[in-house]
Amino acid sequence: MNKYTERIYNGVIKENPILVLMLGMCPTLAITTQAMNGIGMGLSTMAVLILSNLIISLLRKVIPNEVRLPAYIVIVASLVTVTELLIEAYLPPVYDALGIYIPLIVVNCIILGRAEAYANKNTVGLSVMDAIGMGIGFTVALILAGSIREILGSGTWFGLQVLPKSIEPMAIFVQPPGAFLVIALFVIILNAIGIKTRQRKLVESGCDGCCANCEMSCEKKEDAVKKPSGSAAGNKEVQA
Amino acid sequence: MKALILIIVTSALINNVVLNQFLGICSFLGVSSKIKASAGLGGAVIFVITIASAVASLLYDFVLAPLGMAFMRTIVFILVIAALVQIVEMFLKKKSPALHKALGIYLPLITTNCAVLGVALTNVQNGFNFIESVFSGLGTGIGYTIAIVLLAGIRSRIKEEDLPAPLRGAPIVLIAAALMSIAFMGFADLAF
Repeated sequence: MNKYTERIYNGVIKENPILVLMLGMCPTLAITTQAMNGIGMGLSTMAVLILSNLIISLLRKVIPNEVRLPAYIVIVASLVTVTELLIEAYLPPVYDALGIYIPLIVVNCIILGRAEAYANKNTVGLSVMDAIGMGIGFTVALILAGSIREILGSGTWFGLQVLPKSIEPMAIFVQPPGAFLVIALFVIILNAIGIKTRQRKLVESGCDGCCANCEMSCEKKEDAVKKPSGSAAGNKEVQA
Repeated sequence: MKALILIIVTSALINNVVLNQFLGICSFLGVSSKIKASAGLGGAVIFVITIASAVASLLYDFVLAPLGMAFMRTIVFILVIAALVQIVEMFLKKKSPALHKALGIYLPLITTNCAVLGVALTNVQNGFNFIESVFSGLGTGIGYTIAIVLLAGIRSRIKEEDLPAPLRGAPIVLIAAALMSIAFMGFADLAF
């Protein structure tokens, strides 16, 4: 396996953004009421991620280190706006189904997280492959969660009736509580077969380890707890 | 007045930002291990979301919409929110050290909290005016605080329980959140 295909493997299996890293939970919980939504959300996020990794990797020597987070946010926000306008124009059903969660791709931790953790240190080719791997991993996990919720909650899969009509679907799975239950189920299975997910650390450390920004503010937060006077200066560096 | 109360109740309980719309999940799961810390974060979120909704609403109504640049709202809002959190922190540090001490360490966590951007965008989508946006922001912040403080209370109880190994950590927290979400679905039948 060369280092390019290794990035794909890494994104889909080893560091799957949802199942292992537990990043981007907001869209995962919100839009997985149908398997189809998973494809829409996964592909739009993947498009933004590939382009943002590409641009950030190209600009990694140009962007000054101190202002890199605002710069990344502007790049990502521009790409998300373009994606949103394209979806609105050409795929209105997807736009209606995903709604507010399309502009919220901006604050999806996966995108800033990959920019900070990978694209700003690696070559363009590797960064793009990393984005493709992460994007596929995200899409696959969304489809998986969406399929479980759709089959259990409405008896259909991609809109086709799969459970016999005589079985009453458990509507709770397409309602908000079902999202928490399905993700809990994923983590239970992963825990049971011994795969350490980041969620365990995230929850136990009591720290908002959501993305690059938060992780840094986390360290500052711990500093701040130790010596409150130094907190403001530290936070200023972190802030976008 | 009735409309404004309705907006607060809707955004705090019926469309709870965490349990119904899944915004701000990261901090909801991450900072909910202690009641005190989650109340502090809740306070900071109420504060920031209310101010951010007000500023975003003014910007949209008086700058973006008249210039025909409504499509720029995502970029503008996220930059404004990031800058705003910074300004609020500096202002609090100068003018109200006590409040800064209570909320200060949580403020940086809020920039990337998707609830703030989510509320600003939803307000625009719903066509809320300035006053309605402020109340919707306030209600959302209150809803977030209720959810995170309740979860912290539940977690302080389940911490002592002897759970099966695979359930420890995240899964039991998610299941608790699911049960809370079921409870909050009851508010959907509130009639006015």
